[in-house]
Amino acid sequence: MPRIVYIEPDGREVAAELASGQSLMRGALEAGVEGIEAQCGGACACATCHCYVSPEWLDKLKPPSDDERLMLSNVAAERRPNSRLSCQLIAEAGLDGLTVQLPDRQS
Amino acid sequence: MDSQTPIVIVGAGQAGVQIAESLRQEGFAGTLTLCGEEPHPPYQRPPLSKKWLIEAGALSALTLRGPAALERLKIAMKLDTRVQNIDRKRCELEFANGTRLAYGRLALATGSLPRTLPVPGASLPGVLALRGIADSLAIGAAIRRCAAEGRRVVVVGGGFIGLEVAAGARKLGAEVTVLEGLPRLMSRVTAPVVSEAFARLHRAHGVQLIFGAQVIEIVGHEGTVAAVRTADGQEIRCGSVVVGIGVSPDDLLARSAGLLCDHGIVVDDCSRTSDALIVAAGDCTARRMGDGELVRLESVQNAVEQGKSAAAALMGRERPFINTPWFWSDQFDVKLQMVGLSRGYDQVVTRGDLAKPAFSAFYFRAGRLLAVDSLNRVSDHMQSKRILDHGLSPTPAQVADPQFDLPSLLKSPRETTAGEA
Repeated sequence: MPRIVYIEPDGREVAAELASGQSLMRGALEAGVEGIEAQCGGACACATCHCYVSPEWLDKLKPPSDDERLMLSNVAAERRPNSRLSCQLIAEAGLDGLTVQLPDRQS
Repeated sequence: MDSQTPIVIVGAGQAGVQIAESLRQEGFAGTLTLCGEEPHPPYQRPPLSKKWLIEAGALSALTLRGPAALERLKIAMKLDTRVQNIDRKRCELEFANGTRLAYGRLALATGSLPRTLPVPGASLPGVLALRGIADSLAIGAAIRRCAAEGRRVVVVGGGFIGLEVAAGARKLGAEVTVLEGLPRLMSRVTAPVVSEAFARLHRAHGVQLIFGAQVIEIVGHEGTVAAVRTADGQEIRCGSVVVGIGVSPDDLLARSAGLLCDHGIVVDDCSRTSDALIVAAGDCTARRMGDGELVRLESVQNAVEQGKSAAAALMGRERPFINTPWFWSDQFDVKLQMVGLSRGYDQVVTRGDLAKPAFSAFYFRAGRLLAVDSLNRVSDHMQSKRILDHGLSPTPAQVADPQFDLPSLLKSPRETTAGEA
């Protein structure tokens, strides 16, 4: 049950225990984390679950797929080198403590 | 308005949940009740015809807002309850079980209902339509049973839902026939070039497509579905029928209460209805556009954006829905993303590889971009979305030129606008 820390747009931290295999997007919706819309429900089709991954975690994640990279190229908030789509980030044991920040807008 | 006046939301889907969440974000501190007919906490519907249909996944894979989220937002949930009447004089809701609930302000997010086939046999066991979790489970089970018994699944309707279900049925190993009344797939929303690409895709995956097919009867045998008969005399034997011929807005409650409805609850671009105390959002609405025309959009984005507008309106603010509409569909290995409304187009220009397929169709009217459908062309979609959101337009010649860089329009908006005039 990796513990994921979400930092909401206004700076509040919400920690949630995710099941292994669950996406960070779904975990955020279950916990009621503010700042995620996830309009397409995890199909990598809308880019409204954009997050910024804490830099120290960046190289521990699987790199983005071509689709994710292309979707990230036009997110509503600023795109940064640590931008990812949270529907494509899957919780697993090695990611306990992973911290992501939510942008101020998704659409 | 008084920030303590109790607000009740009828409908716990995407739009209802968005209204609730946005109300809290807007600072509403009063009692907030969300009523849903289904027993499930709020969930996302799009996967029901896509990935979730095939995988028959856990309910948790659909969660829209979990119990912790609802508690955090201080939303009182009334699930598994049906609102039977709105008493506008007394500002009360009447539930099917006879109880009543007072509201200060009311939000309607009642969604839509699948259209039914007006033919004999349409209510036979084995004739299914998709709205909720229970329907998706039933369709998945019927497909698996057909696959195991070597019987065919007939899908009536070659639109998004029908085609997604057909793709799912093939993935689960069933023989599939799609019956479409018109001469091509998804004809109400896409150009022929897109319809043809999807017809090739489905046929390549073994889906049988029959166009111009008018269903006149569903034939039963021993109390369950056995075949579908069409007006031209064909009889297609099958073990299950999935009807995907569109949805009707569920505006019955609003109509009975005397709210202005016209194939949907009529709302303005701020989600306000004809009653100052009532807003509405999502599939159940018909939105009055600037030109006076009523537009119905059935999409998650519409539910989310109208939901945000509805919450603002309940707080006495105007937040018009002005974003460019977008939709998506997954069929086999093709991701279809659509942005803008193509109605009234007079020219289509494609960009990319039609055969693969990996291309986009750009819809123009009088040389101005209206909409773009992208098949496995994610960057075209995202760029076009921004271009349309900014009120910009490439020329048809620019789109036709593979060397032309679409994002360059966003870098020099002034020049582009001048160029179009």
